[in-house]
Amino acid sequence: MAWHIMALQQLINGLALGSVYALIALGYTMVYGIIKLINFAHGDIYMLGAYFGFYAITVLKLSLVPAVLTSMAGAALVGVLLERIAYRPLRNSPRIAVLITAIGASLLLQSTAQLVFGASFKPFPQAIPFRRIQLGPVFITNRQLLIFGVAVLLMVILHIIVHYTKLGKAMRAVSMDKEAALLMGINVDRIISATFAMGSALAAAAGILVGMYYNRIDPYMGMMPGLKAFVAAVLGGIGIVPGAVVGGLLMGVAENVVVTIGSSTLRDAVAFAILIVVLLFRPNGLLGKKGIEKV
Amino acid sequence: MATTPELMVNNLCVQFGGLKAVDQVCFSLKPQTLAGLIGPNGAGKTTVFNALTGLCPVTSGQISFNEKQLTNEAPHNIARYGIARTFQNIRLFRNLTVLDNLRIAYHQNRQYSLLCSVFRSARFKREEAQITAKAKEALALVDLADKADHIAGSLPYGEQRRVEIARALMLNPKLLLLDEPAAGMNPHETQCLLELIRKLRDDLQITVLLIEHDMKLVMNLCEELFVLDYGHLIATGDPKSIQNNERVVEAYLGGCMA
Amino acid sequence: MNKLSSLIKGIILLLAYLVVQLLERQGVLLPYHVQILSLCCINVILVVSLNLINGFTGQFSIGHAGFLAIGAYASAYLTVVWQAPFLFAIICGGVLAGIAGLAVGLPALRLRGDYLAIATLGFGEIIRVIILNTDAVGGARGFSGIPKYTTFGLAYLMAIFTVVVIRNFVTSDYGRACLAVREDEIAAESLGVNSTYFKVLAFTIGAFFAGTAGALFSHYLQYMAPTPNQIGFVKSIDILIMLVLGGLGSITGSIVAAITLTIIPELLRGFAEYRMIIYPILLIIVMIYRPAGLLAGNELSLSGITQFVKGARAHGNHT
Repeated sequence: MAWHIMALQQLINGLALGSVYALIALGYTMVYGIIKLINFAHGDIYMLGAYFGFYAITVLKLSLVPAVLTSMAGAALVGVLLERIAYRPLRNSPRIAVLITAIGASLLLQSTAQLVFGASFKPFPQAIPFRRIQLGPVFITNRQLLIFGVAVLLMVILHIIVHYTKLGKAMRAVSMDKEAALLMGINVDRIISATFAMGSALAAAAGILVGMYYNRIDPYMGMMPGLKAFVAAVLGGIGIVPGAVVGGLLMGVAENVVVTIGSSTLRDAVAFAILIVVLLFRPNGLLGKKGIEKV
Repeated sequence: MATTPELMVNNLCVQFGGLKAVDQVCFSLKPQTLAGLIGPNGAGKTTVFNALTGLCPVTSGQISFNEKQLTNEAPHNIARYGIARTFQNIRLFRNLTVLDNLRIAYHQNRQYSLLCSVFRSARFKREEAQITAKAKEALALVDLADKADHIAGSLPYGEQRRVEIARALMLNPKLLLLDEPAAGMNPHETQCLLELIRKLRDDLQITVLLIEHDMKLVMNLCEELFVLDYGHLIATGDPKSIQNNERVVEAYLGGCMA
Repeated sequence: MNKLSSLIKGIILLLAYLVVQLLERQGVLLPYHVQILSLCCINVILVVSLNLINGFTGQFSIGHAGFLAIGAYASAYLTVVWQAPFLFAIICGGVLAGIAGLAVGLPALRLRGDYLAIATLGFGEIIRVIILNTDAVGGARGFSGIPKYTTFGLAYLMAIFTVVVIRNFVTSDYGRACLAVREDEIAAESLGVNSTYFKVLAFTIGAFFAGTAGALFSHYLQYMAPTPNQIGFVKSIDILIMLVLGGLGSITGSIVAAITLTIIPELLRGFAEYRMIIYPILLIIVMIYRPAGLLAGNELSLSGITQFVKGARAHGNHT
């Protein structure tokens, strides 16, 4: 295969992977934007979403769309509970305390999942038959198309919510100034809950998509994609919604390129190398504005 | 007394984004003066302090201290040249003892090496004893000798302000910058503070520049005043002339001094 | 008084060592138990050294296993391939890890709080991936055939050395500067403390000791695998849990937590399965109700204990 065709093929694969990162990154970025917390447990919610989808299809015998919706609702509930129980009591605590709690929450979800669902991987049921579509010289699978489609659809919905609804306006207000929002009569607690719910639901959808894409799910599947999605959020500019999308897509492509020309063991190092470079040279991300540090 | 200025500020500008917080400010301080920097809220007084101590970047202009250029030096280097400060919103190390707060400020003058401290050499012990003695001396100066072992954050407000001054003194400063030292103090405490500042200047032969809203303190204590308004220096002079300066009265004193 | 209490502490430490030796010789402690005690010492080094970075200097590193990995692999390479003496290998492991700490510290410390946390985590993973791709140290297969040089005595000695050095460091002017940086960086700078220098210094010293712990660790396990559990972020978070439960900024807390959290899972069968559920819950509860950790930054001390006992006795006499 000529190199440019291979490159194009990798671009497609990378974009598919990248839109999953983007979906997860959206949750990170929304939560960070609103309470300045790196929700370490976000990757594990993505994992739970995949499991919820798995059981919705295999046990409840739902078809794909209702299964995805059920899983999104389930994950949203977990996200809201998590914020309620673990993060809310710490809202005025030092950042480090909150960060440690988030790490604790992540471990807790992971080990609970391991205990409840079993440590070994489960094959994800194939809700739609696998097909390969030829697009000129390259191939695209129907699963990749599904990933693109769902990701774009959800992002459009999110965009509409954030920019054209009252809830979205309140969310933006809270992220700018919590106290002022409170004084304007916005129920800050509810807005934060809503943010966690939306972010978690997006992650759950990503979980199912990845489950179908790779054909398998396991309790640790959230760890690496979670961290990488976080890197994607930072790359795009944390707290900025379009930034998460750009960052996610770039990360997906970069990872595929490195794996193709290097080795697959380098896969996980790419994200962190990107992270360190971004943090050092453009700490506010690609789409971020330079902030003024207060003395 | 030497008459050449100790601190020279020349055309100082500090800009945050589009906002000129400090604009073309020039002033100088002679050694051992008690000077005041006054002006309405938001006039840029604290920004001047921050620029002097390297905590915020100077957009243009120069700051020199004893003929050394300090413009945009790192804060810890500025401390080395003998400028010490306190903060408007008290920045004590709240979870540490008062004594440790002071001992930290002796950092620049510590001679012993890392190995000395790890292996607890005789030199380490001798010097630590000196540091502690020096800290207790400074505490005695602000009348807080009995509070050495208290946790700094647990002290009442007025005492915290004095600890902060004592901590600044541990640097052996030539110039002491006090940012609203009397804020939150009652009239009695303010009077004690006035006497303390005077005593420090006389005993330690240091220059003091303070930001203060308590006009009684400023007029009684300061020998020279600088008035800032919207980032501009609008008047300089002794308290008498400032009180009668029309621009100052208009910008600031009008309501409260008339 | 001071000298006396140091002497008493020294005697207690020596006695503890002799008791372990005696019990081992009598067959009360099986080799397996002594192994666990060695692991306790290694973990003490790791937790105390991380405490210097996270507890005393107020930085937040979750990549400590990266330094451990460098020490572990470098020393193993030296003893296996070059047949270098173990002590030399330990020092080299420590120095290399220290250099890595310096190299990471310089750029990464421009970052604050949670960004720094993620960057250190990323750094740890990069180290792991590099090891994974280095054939000279076994690559993905792992590094086997490492001689068993780590004895309880040596690990014990190293742990004591680490604790003494770090305690002396934090109670000197250097340590006070670190505390100042933790408490309020701006105030520290205004008092002449070069905050970047002390962050990097804490990172370098912490990394050095983590490296020596790594050397002890690889010559204890005799096999290193480049997995997250052994040298990756799972290990980093293990160390972090011990640190946080013991209390950020408390050396004695770190020691107690490292020892208990190493022994409990080994003693309680079946606990291992629930360990990773119980620890995170503890972590969250501690952060919510006692964020300074179980010892809340305080140190256990001989005089404190005698005072406590005296107080209890006096109280008992009254009633």
